[in-house]
Amino acid sequence: MSEAQIKEIKNENPLSEHWYQLRKNKTAMTGLVIIALFILIGIFAPLISPMDPLEQNIEFRKTAPLTGGYLLGTDDLGRDMLSRLLYGARISMIIGVISVSISLVFGSAIGLISAYYGGIVDKIVMRLIDIMLAFPYILLTIVIVAVLGPSLMNAMVAIGISQIPRYSRVVRASVLAEKESDYVLAERALGAGDLELMFKSILPNCLAPISVQATLGIGTAILDSAALSFLGLGAQPPTPEWGLMIASSKEFITSAWWIVTFPGIATLLSVLGFNLLGDGLRDILDPRMRD
Amino acid sequence: MLKYILKRLALLLPTLFGVVTLVFFMIALAPGDPARVMLGERASKEKIERLRADLGLDKPMSEQYTLYLKRVVHLDFGKSIKSGQPVMSEIRERFPATVELAFCAMIFATLLGVWIGVLSATRKNSWVDLTSMVGALFGVSMPVFWLALVMIMIFSVGLNMFPTGGRINIRYYFTPETNFYLIDTFKYLFRGKPEYFLSALHHLVLPSIALGTIPLAIIARTTRSSMLEVLTQDYIKTVRSSGIKEGRVIYRYALRNALLPVITVIGLQFGLLLSGAILTETIFAWPGIGKWLYQAISARDYPAVQGGIIIISTCFVLINLVVDILYSVINPKVRLQ
Amino acid sequence: MKKALMMLLAVLISGLVFTGCEKKASASTETTAAAAVDSKAGGTLIFARSGDSVGLDPGRETDGESFYGSTAVYDTLVEFIPGQTAVRPALAESWSFSDDGLTVTFKLRQGVKFHDGTDFNADAVVYSFARQFKKDHPDYDKGPWKYWGYMDMDNIVGDVIAVDEYTVAFKLLKKEAPFIANLAMDFASIVSPTAAAQYGEEFTNHPVGTGPFKFVSWIKDDSIVFEKNADYWGNEVYLDRLILKVIPDATARWLALQKGEVDVIDFPSPEDLAEMKSAEGIKVLQQEGLNVGYLALNCDKAPYDNKLVRQAMNYAIDRDEIVAAVYGEAGAVAKNPLPPTMWSYNDDIKAYPYDPAKAKALLAEAGYPNGFDTEIWAMPVARPYNPNGKKVAEVMQAQLAKVGVNVEIISYEWGTYLDKTDQGEHQAAMLGWTGDNGDPDNFLWVLLSEPAAIPPAGNIAFWKNAEFTELCAKAKEEMDQAKRTEYYRQAQEIFHEEAPWVPIAHSVVSVPMKDSVKGFTIYPTGKRVFTEVWIEK
Repeated sequence: MSEAQIKEIKNENPLSEHWYQLRKNKTAMTGLVIIALFILIGIFAPLISPMDPLEQNIEFRKTAPLTGGYLLGTDDLGRDMLSRLLYGARISMIIGVISVSISLVFGSAIGLISAYYGGIVDKIVMRLIDIMLAFPYILLTIVIVAVLGPSLMNAMVAIGISQIPRYSRVVRASVLAEKESDYVLAERALGAGDLELMFKSILPNCLAPISVQATLGIGTAILDSAALSFLGLGAQPPTPEWGLMIASSKEFITSAWWIVTFPGIATLLSVLGFNLLGDGLRDILDPRMRD
Repeated sequence: MLKYILKRLALLLPTLFGVVTLVFFMIALAPGDPARVMLGERASKEKIERLRADLGLDKPMSEQYTLYLKRVVHLDFGKSIKSGQPVMSEIRERFPATVELAFCAMIFATLLGVWIGVLSATRKNSWVDLTSMVGALFGVSMPVFWLALVMIMIFSVGLNMFPTGGRINIRYYFTPETNFYLIDTFKYLFRGKPEYFLSALHHLVLPSIALGTIPLAIIARTTRSSMLEVLTQDYIKTVRSSGIKEGRVIYRYALRNALLPVITVIGLQFGLLLSGAILTETIFAWPGIGKWLYQAISARDYPAVQGGIIIISTCFVLINLVVDILYSVINPKVRLQ
Repeated sequence: MKKALMMLLAVLISGLVFTGCEKKASASTETTAAAAVDSKAGGTLIFARSGDSVGLDPGRETDGESFYGSTAVYDTLVEFIPGQTAVRPALAESWSFSDDGLTVTFKLRQGVKFHDGTDFNADAVVYSFARQFKKDHPDYDKGPWKYWGYMDMDNIVGDVIAVDEYTVAFKLLKKEAPFIANLAMDFASIVSPTAAAQYGEEFTNHPVGTGPFKFVSWIKDDSIVFEKNADYWGNEVYLDRLILKVIPDATARWLALQKGEVDVIDFPSPEDLAEMKSAEGIKVLQQEGLNVGYLALNCDKAPYDNKLVRQAMNYAIDRDEIVAAVYGEAGAVAKNPLPPTMWSYNDDIKAYPYDPAKAKALLAEAGYPNGFDTEIWAMPVARPYNPNGKKVAEVMQAQLAKVGVNVEIISYEWGTYLDKTDQGEHQAAMLGWTGDNGDPDNFLWVLLSEPAAIPPAGNIAFWKNAEFTELCAKAKEEMDQAKRTEYYRQAQEIFHEEAPWVPIAHSVVSVPMKDSVKGFTIYPTGKRVFTEVWIEK
């Protein structure tokens, strides 16, 4: 019995096996709980928000937390901080998922094709990726948004595009490793076509590194979109996006600490969740990749 | 060795060429006529035509591109639309401020990061290790601009310990020569005005911490895992058994070998800082290239944007190259691959 | 080794914290030592402002930040009396009109020198003006000379001639009452022709004039340093050094003033005004500003080409709420395009009340029963007439949503914003105006007349009303103030009915400073002048 066969038998039900490992891993579980919490908040934001996040109440502007029925106080236009933060979770989760989907789809496709065909295709693609990597990442994102025009959607696209190289590299590396493995060679011998080999045999076996990368990527995307909004290049007012909330609070650092503090903490926690899960997944799925 | 460096440099050229090309076409395809923007109001038809001719905008795209490449080779990026000044001199005026800040942030991150990493590795699973690593995770999960604001709120506003922005107490009037304030004010240390230098340092503290937080966290994590690996190796056991003091074992023998991957990370992060400075400079009113480039981008000051991106990207690529070369000097195995 | 490192760190940190405290100690000893010398002269004044100058050649620039710098370096033929809108002689000692009113002759001050040693004479005056409008002038291409166009000078001045070394004559194309006041404005500054030739394109970075301060150095985005002009032709200048420092954030400027890092700050956040007034060692000078902040509705674009829609916007926006939320105690609701301190202000006009129901009815009548989608442009920087454009836009957005108007807020970097709005790319845009020369013409003609609606437009509502324009034109030529007043009052009535703007507010200009800063006067025209300022030791 070759090693590959043993591996296959052990992985008969890889999901339950991984789930078992995941549950044992404290880091990953903490991350997962945090993420689940934020996703639930995002989904049920309209139900659990005490107020309309856009409704202004000029009379009660800059109300301190725990006073006047506002748990986390109000912002400079008298909008309820808590409601805005809860809706912000929804926006941030969407940003993370959409940007990562963009880079995941294009990045994996590029990496897959490049590694599978090799030769001149691979050389050209890798050169292009090198050029993209020659731009400092944040700068590339800002320039793309500047060309497209500032908006939340464009910010997501820009973040997605500038993350493509990372995924391409990860996918390429693992495809190169899988390409020559016994089972791929066996299937090829049995007459499987290029597409079938790529998507049915090779890609599923690269899922481990991709899912680690994607989990960490969502965190990065949330941070980057907050930064873009902070610079006025992402979400536009009055969207309750966390980065934008921090941006508009700049002038209140002397008078209303809560307006500055809470959106930052919300961002920190959600990103932390994805980083924890990403680290844990890495431990479980691919011990070689550890730091 | 020389052959390796030359080979890497040769590989660099097509990359830089690609960067210049990409920047050119990204800007060329962006909407808006630079000549129109440059002249603004009161621009008659003939004036626009003339300027378009001067800028070479009336020529076919391919010819424009060749002309542009020629100019870039001579480090000529044209004139900024907003100020009418040569882009190169605009960059030169502001670059030292950014480099100084990035350098201080990196020193902060490296010293503290390596120290924390070693401490965690040698006391694996102790509370020190746990706290440091949780702290490092928080560090990479934090929006840096938020951290900067919170620090200003606590240390500048609340405790009045640090200035809120700027590079030096503006009352300390002096004419900068190099525009690296730490260098410019250094001579005053011996001319009875030590407060000049201290003030420059004082103004660097908060921005450096803000900018250095992410690299700090990454360096600490890298140092830790690299140290853990080295500490299990046989020669360390041998050194230990020969009765050398533990501190010496760690710093003299283990750390030295564990630093390899750390150096790579430091180089990579330094390159990223040059552009990461955009946010930090905006918050701390730091008159550097990041803030300038951000303003140029939002003003669609095309020549300035082109020049700025090419310069920053070139620095970034060069730093990475230097790191790779350093790495291969220390670890000859790389060259053979 | 570790210990050594820790020691070093400890020393450094304590050193840094210590310098923070030491600064105060040394400052107080300075005070006592200098108290013995009883003189107004000496000292450095640091003025913190929100943005950097674009350039220091006043003919080329239009923004206040640029003029803050150029005012220190340059003089004009006539100048505003501090704190007033009337003018007095400056580089010109006297002037007279010809009988037909089409020639003005200026007698120039003698013995004045530019900072580079060049003599001030008729040639310098001719150079300073001719370059701005004579198309065959060698330096005409260094423009665009925007303000010349804004003030419609092409249609006022035909020629400028040196009669003899100290006499200059302006040939006018028409009778123009506000012309003399125009010459007190920054674009009419007299520059050194030798320096302009010497520096060429760089002149805007190396200004040379006859003014109270000499230019020393400029670190972009950070600070401009000036030093006293010891040979100033006017009264003695007290300050040894003047520094204009850029601190973009209003809160950061206030913090810097509190910590003593700067002496005077510009554009305080209204949020902080109450605290500033009660702070020890700080005083706040205030004056009703000669300004107006407004939302211009672009009459060239639907739906604002319809008068009913424009009126509906006026009914749907609650100015009281905007002023309460954004201006605080530093603003007053506006109903006219003129500020209330300006002569000819028509107080009989009744402001549009806040009335969403009426607004909805008007919209329905105009064919928009369900409202419409619109952009509102908001400026990115604090201005005297609007401390926070984006926030005003957010309040408007919420108010307009109630009558079915969906607002998308748009903003650009300041320079871009100005360029785009004066080309008319917006649907509705916020902007404002601080009076230049203290004449109603300077508001109504510049901001609302037909000629001002040609890009680059001052009239960014692109509102073209023949009747209004004719009234303003007549007032321009009329030298009798009573008659001019009547024309302007009628013009304001037309404005009210046609509603090309939603006037938002007039602000109260506040300039917070240290108690020790003396002799500072707020100019209604928005200038910042430091000629008579001194620091109490």
